[in-house]
Amino acid sequence: MITIDTISKKYGKAEVLNVDTIEIPTGQSFGLVGNNGAGKTTLFNILLDLIRPTTGAIVNNDIVVSKSEDWKSFTGSFIDESFLIGYLTPEEYFEFIGDLRGMNKADVKSFLSKFDEFFNGEIVGKKKYLRDLSKGNQKKAGIVAAMMGNPQVVILDEPFANLDPTTQIRLKKIIKELTENREVTVLVSSHDLTHVTEVCERIVVLDKGTVVKDIETSAETLKELESYFSV
Amino acid sequence: MIAHFLNLEWKQYFRSSHWQKGIAIKILMLFFALYFIISFLVIGVGGYYILKKEFPEQDPLQMVNSYLLYAVLGDLILRYLMQKLPVMNIKPMLILPIKKSKLVHYVLGKSSFSPFNIFGLFFYIPFSVVLIKEGYDTIGVLGWLFFILLIIQSSNFLNFLINKNNVAFGVILTTLASLIALQKFDFLDVTGFGGQIFDAIYANPIYSFIGLFVLVVLYTLNFKQLLNQVYLDQAVSQKVEEAKSADLSFANRLGDVAPFIKNDMRLIWRNKRTKTVFLMSFLFLFYGLIFFTQETYRNMPAMLMFASLFVTGGFTFNYGQFIPAWDSAHYKMLMSQGFKYRKFLESKWILMVVMTAILYFLSIPYLYFGVDIFLMITCGAIFNIGFNSLFLLFAGSFNRKRIDLNKSGFGNTQGTSATQFIVIIPLMLFPMLIFWLLNKFVGGSSGYIAVASIGVVCLLLKNYAMNFIEKKYIKDKYAMINAFGKEA
Repeated sequence: MITIDTISKKYGKAEVLNVDTIEIPTGQSFGLVGNNGAGKTTLFNILLDLIRPTTGAIVNNDIVVSKSEDWKSFTGSFIDESFLIGYLTPEEYFEFIGDLRGMNKADVKSFLSKFDEFFNGEIVGKKKYLRDLSKGNQKKAGIVAAMMGNPQVVILDEPFANLDPTTQIRLKKIIKELTENREVTVLVSSHDLTHVTEVCERIVVLDKGTVVKDIETSAETLKELESYFSV
Repeated sequence: MIAHFLNLEWKQYFRSSHWQKGIAIKILMLFFALYFIISFLVIGVGGYYILKKEFPEQDPLQMVNSYLLYAVLGDLILRYLMQKLPVMNIKPMLILPIKKSKLVHYVLGKSSFSPFNIFGLFFYIPFSVVLIKEGYDTIGVLGWLFFILLIIQSSNFLNFLINKNNVAFGVILTTLASLIALQKFDFLDVTGFGGQIFDAIYANPIYSFIGLFVLVVLYTLNFKQLLNQVYLDQAVSQKVEEAKSADLSFANRLGDVAPFIKNDMRLIWRNKRTKTVFLMSFLFLFYGLIFFTQETYRNMPAMLMFASLFVTGGFTFNYGQFIPAWDSAHYKMLMSQGFKYRKFLESKWILMVVMTAILYFLSIPYLYFGVDIFLMITCGAIFNIGFNSLFLLFAGSFNRKRIDLNKSGFGNTQGTSATQFIVIIPLMLFPMLIFWLLNKFVGGSSGYIAVASIGVVCLLLKNYAMNFIEKKYIKDKYAMINAFGKEA
């Protein structure tokens, strides 16, 4: 589904990312792990054509992301709060994203009803603008918006951060359900090793911009990762 | 401790975004500040002599005194609307080992130096100096000045006590209105009564200490009230406004651009700065009055054109020049959605055109000043719709400054860069020049026709221009994402 082909990014002389090739097949749940500054967000930003790589290209479902914009219609993403429109209520935001993704009001409503449990009554109907929601609730809204319009690829940067334990567990369930039918490819980055190993079938570890590990998740993976990071 | 606080103030001031701006804006802002200060100074110094000359048989001090009561009430109303106690600053200090009483004194003390209290002094102090120089009793004048100082400070603290209390505001407003009414219909000589108070202070400066007593009482009340409220859920809390959703489904008729239009309407109405821009554009409607009513400008066609452009162009100019920076906070998100960039630009264009049309409709009363003037406004509107809307969209692709919509509206220059200054040339000067040249050397209605036809031609070429503009935006996409991602 996604091919990352010799991507590198340099700012002046400093190289922040240098990835040879990563091939992500359709339906895989793909986890990206690394310390601060490892290049996770940079990689996602390049994948979303928000920054240009110095070399290389990323192909999303046969579309080179920097060449055509057609990948946008089947790719949903949430990187950080700047993906939200602060002066809208969550309902209006969902409606806006739904509009852009070809959903009418009824579609949006029935879509959102699936997330009642996830929202836990804190998002819809609260008469608050997104800018006034707590960090965790903002994240909930952003994550759900990323899943609107049946995307084939879902990209979530640090989705577990700021969420309460119950919501973390619910989010894990949602991600697992997404990839169940092997149709939706999910890319997740996280600082929490337990969460990624639970959710992702494949985990790539980045360090200072390069891939240092590429593991099929198994029972030993968590131990392996923990020993790698406990330097 | 005070040294610490002062140090923080210093840093807060000089590290604020005001000073991180380009040199051009700094100079411009300095210029404005100086302009106001000098205007006040001039009135302060010259006021005495002007009054003396205009009303030779009256005492200037008494004349000023008689209106001071109104000034005090007016000042209170202004404060009520605009001045807030800067309480949020102390939030980070609440968890430090500093006595709460000290923090409260700090907040209150700081408010004493707010611009609301300083600006007036630029009038009162020079006025007093002139009085002394003109042979008024020195002690009396100093007592009078001292009393006024105390009144200003008292208003400062009175305002914080009643702030956001609509009843109190109503009382002040009614008092002012009824005082004016009483005066007007000769029921009561308010001006004389107010004057007597201040005259008495001048005659017996010792009474000025009454003001000191009032100030101390008000300060103590403030202190007691605030000390009880230094909690995150009380005084030191950010107000969360309740979301109000209006039904904007009427915009759905616009088809593909509807989501963006609806979004823009919400953007404008729910953020202070954009709301200011929106409301100001109606104020610009009256801009023409300044020019059309004065004989001097009647013979300066270029200036009349200038005014005509402004009458209908207030929204287009003020909103258009910051496209697409209004969306800078969530620009990344927009760029990761699948829509045609054209739709986004088109929605902004429609917004500008519709607003210009509405403003034009509202400008019909200008017919009072003659058909010529109204024709000129019509030409200006056509030019605004045809040329200026498109040109501002194009110029917008050069915007590289983020705008934080949460910041306040008035006097906020966030997002301003050289672009905003350069665009004035084609926007205003170009049509003025065309109009002036043709009017002077060809005459007749050629000036009107030229300006209007430029607008019409641009409107006809809109699709072509839009293609060009869209390409430019797509080309600059990464630079914009990068620039908008940076904190303003």
